[in-house]
Amino acid sequence: MGLSEEQVLRYSRHILLKDVGGVGQEKLLGSRVLIVGAGGLGSPIALYLAAGGVGHIGIIDDDAVDLTNLQRQIIHYSADVGRPKVESAREKILQLNPDVEVTTYRQRLTAENAFDILRPWDFIVEGTDNFPTKFLVNDACVLSGKPFSQGGILRFEGQTMTHVPGSACYRCVFDAPPPKGAVPSCSEAGVLGAIAGMLGTIQATETLRYLLGIGKLLVDRMLFFDARDMEMRTVTLKRNPACPVCGDAPTIRELREYEQPVCDLPTPVASIKTVSSRSGA
Amino acid sequence: MTVKINGKPETIPDGTPVNELLRLKGVKMPEMVSVQLNGDILARESFSTTTVNDSDEVEFLYFMGGGAGWA
Repeated sequence: MGLSEEQVLRYSRHILLKDVGGVGQEKLLGSRVLIVGAGGLGSPIALYLAAGGVGHIGIIDDDAVDLTNLQRQIIHYSADVGRPKVESAREKILQLNPDVEVTTYRQRLTAENAFDILRPWDFIVEGTDNFPTKFLVNDACVLSGKPFSQGGILRFEGQTMTHVPGSACYRCVFDAPPPKGAVPSCSEAGVLGAIAGMLGTIQATETLRYLLGIGKLLVDRMLFFDARDMEMRTVTLKRNPACPVCGDAPTIRELREYEQPVCDLPTPVASIKTVSSRSGA
Repeated sequence: MTVKINGKPETIPDGTPVNELLRLKGVKMPEMVSVQLNGDILARESFSTTTVNDSDEVEFLYFMGGGAGWA
């Protein structure tokens, strides 16, 4: 297809990289990435993928922008409070880079719709704030052979891994969502906003490296960081033969929904209810 | 004996079972942790019957749910 003169300039710092070049940039422009959650992680992921020229970006989130989101969900601005997150995100992406085609899904990912929604995408990035969706994305990707990046943040910490067909999956490490009540209560938790940027940009980098075939992905590895002391390490993983979805005798062969483990519980601080969004860390 | 916990050498009593190790290390909510012993993820049911041996490498891998304020 070839790059236009404007595209050569826009993506010149990519094209200069030996590992990208004009061919790699064209590959990005022809790629399709779905972001699950337009929140703390989804914001930097969407912005960097859009800026970098990933040609088709999908965003799924059923939530509206809340004032409490703005501390970390940098794709949304003060004037967006109350608007659907997917609309707010689409607008910013198109302002940043009109080369990008955006598909929005203002709905939750569910056991019923997951396979259909994931099917047209080359790579999935999971950046949700709830375990039911994390496990659903994992199961749907593993069962349909989709590569994906998984990420979670909490307080000062972040954790991420990348799965490609045949590699260790999220369930190889965490076999099931934590039991109801095991998760710290809403009023105890919190997150340093910039942590979402740290982890989200790692996930965006994984996505670009996957699409371009650069280096060794976070496959069969889980990366952890603790920004309190700014320590980072990776733990080597391997496929778990006892994994319920990708192990030797899998018990999960179709998708199912999990209960939302917490935040449906009564919380002592009324205003906390406004941060119990279902997707979009 | 000395084991490595999340990459750091730690001295713990001989024959410590995994559930006791979690308690010793101050893990308040073991439900939120997966344990990897020498590269293998342990089944939760075996925490009380699996003991940690000298030079073992143990990883406590924590669930992280996201940043909306409740995880």
